Amino acid sequence: MHEVNNLLLLLVILLNFFTLGSARLGACIRAVAIQGAILSFLPVTVHGVNPHALFLSAGALALKGLFIPWLLFRAIREVRIRREVEPLIGYVPTLLLGALTTAGSFIFSDFLPLVEEHHGTLFIPTALATLFTGFLLLITRRKAITQVLGYLMLENGIFVFGILLSAAMPLMVEAGVLLDLLVAIFVMGIVLNHINREFSTLNTERLSALRE
Amino acid sequence: MIAALILLPLLLAPAAFAVPSDRLRPWLLPLAGSCHLALALMLIVSGESDTGVWLAADPLGRLVLVVSSLLFFGCSIYAVGYLSYRMDRGNRIIVPCLLVFLSAMTLATLARHLGLLWLAVETTTLASAPLIYYNRNRLSIEATWKYLLICSVGIALAMLGILFVAYAALHGGVPVSLQLDDLMARAGTFSRPWLHAGFVFLLVGFGAKMGLAPLHSWKPDAYGEAPGLVGALLAGGLTSVAFLAILRGMQIMAAAGDLALARQVLLGLGLLSLALAAVFMVRQPDIKRLLAYSSVEHMGILAIGVGIGGVATFGAMFHLVNNALTKGVLFLSVGNIQRAYSSKRLGEVQGAMARVPVSAGLFLAGFFAITGSPPFGPFLSEFTILRGIFDGGHDAVGGLFLLLLAVVFIGMGGTVLSVTQGAEPEGLPDSGYRESLLMVGPPLLFILLVLILGLYLPEPLRAFLQEAAGLLEVTP
Repeated sequence: MHEVNNLLLLLVILLNFFTLGSARLGACIRAVAIQGAILSFLPVTVHGVNPHALFLSAGALALKGLFIPWLLFRAIREVRIRREVEPLIGYVPTLLLGALTTAGSFIFSDFLPLVEEHHGTLFIPTALATLFTGFLLLITRRKAITQVLGYLMLENGIFVFGILLSAAMPLMVEAGVLLDLLVAIFVMGIVLNHINREFSTLNTERLSALRE
Repeated sequence: MIAALILLPLLLAPAAFAVPSDRLRPWLLPLAGSCHLALALMLIVSGESDTGVWLAADPLGRLVLVVSSLLFFGCSIYAVGYLSYRMDRGNRIIVPCLLVFLSAMTLATLARHLGLLWLAVETTTLASAPLIYYNRNRLSIEATWKYLLICSVGIALAMLGILFVAYAALHGGVPVSLQLDDLMARAGTFSRPWLHAGFVFLLVGFGAKMGLAPLHSWKPDAYGEAPGLVGALLAGGLTSVAFLAILRGMQIMAAAGDLALARQVLLGLGLLSLALAAVFMVRQPDIKRLLAYSSVEHMGILAIGVGIGGVATFGAMFHLVNNALTKGVLFLSVGNIQRAYSSKRLGEVQGAMARVPVSAGLFLAGFFAITGSPPFGPFLSEFTILRGIFDGGHDAVGGLFLLLLAVVFIGMGGTVLSVTQGAEPEGLPDSGYRESLLMVGPPLLFILLVLILGLYLPEPLRAFLQEAAGLLEVTP
């Protein structure tokens, strides 16, 4: 099981880079969806087949892998955008930054005091690297929808860390967390639609009337 | 009774959505508000149930509960008057959202489980986003987007903080649970690096929600564009709830014997907030943004109070009450002034004393109260915090605190005086707004309460505040 976990986590890291480097919105959404789907297998591979893990896997697969991507695809169809043109920082610099933060996450997690059974696994570095990639997307992209993707990726990073601790989280709270994520994306989707209607674009640069 | 407090507004929300008439629907708000306040007061008086696993009312939670319930009650009466002026906009969304918002705030004050607390705070974010977007124009959508994004990311970081605390338990070799009492009982054996990192993430995450610098940037936009009554609920209620979430982290740190570290971090963030707010309040041309920075300032004061400890913690608890009620006065009266002028820019709003005398008077009184002038409540609470600072030997902090408060007074005073005094601008069209009891009564009630608190602090209330502050001290 150890190897399977590490393989899945490596795929997650690769998808981080793919999302940072891709210019097409559809591809980005698909990458985040696949990442969510891969993550949803982890509870079962880590904790074995039990009701709690199965529920968590099924919930994550349904929301992160299927429903939320579907919502996002619907959103870009409605507002008719395909390409993430001219990010604030170019793709190559973002990829370099991504590589730097990923390397940093690996080095940093070596210094963290870990429980015996978590030594030598990729969980902590992957969680941190995915978290930072989400931040990068949030900061460096102009389209509001890419910022939503950044937020989703940030949540994915936290999910990876949370799997290590799912014994501590009662089922009710986990269900609530997933539900809140869904509603958050839903509300953001509605706001996206209104931004598009008001400004005829989804570039957040236009959202700059409010400042000192 | 605890369940009723949470479920009552939650169940009224779909009912409100189902009511077909825009004229009748707002009346559900005072109904929910008054029932909620009555239940909350009964809970305080009866002193019921301290020991639920999921939900329980400890003194800190009760304090925030009763403050936000009182604030919501006032705002719900105001809302009836306000929404009758906004019939064009309809209220099918805003009324249910206000009710869900109240329910989520209540849940957050009563939660005994960090996961549940997180859930409740996140729900307040989602329920309040449509409230900020009420005016449906370009500015309000920009404000809503910033609010949603910054607060969601903040809350995500708080989740990470909670997980770190859980990992601290795992690494410490004790059974992992996120139940607050379990955490406090076992905190002594937690792994320190993970616990400290967890606390910092909790502080940054919930601090973003509370509006502590440096993650306060959504606040001026959101408060500036939201209707006055929403501003009052956010500035008085939601910030107190987020502060409570930070205090839960403090409780765990105190139980682990690391209170000194937690206090230092909080003190630093508090001073930073106070300083940043003071800078932006001088010559601020927008009245509502001015109030938003005032809110950042007072969050800073709360953080400083708890950061110093001792008498200052008591002062901070008292200040939480005063700040919430005074913010109610300010936002509601400014909402009236904005209605009367159809503007909130400094150049266009002048001579409010002549146009809307009661609201302008309330705004002026609220200004004196919030800047800590006697005889209002905030004077007493700020003075108590200051006494705590000097008693603790932090002379430099005390000096800086006084200096920044003076800057705030001068900066805010300039704006407030030019709004209320002077002559009305020429050729101002009539906005059709008339002062009515529904819209000046609630702020009047709040300012009277603040005045009473400044003149006389009843013994039961003092003991209650003392009890709440006691939870944030080191338990021997």
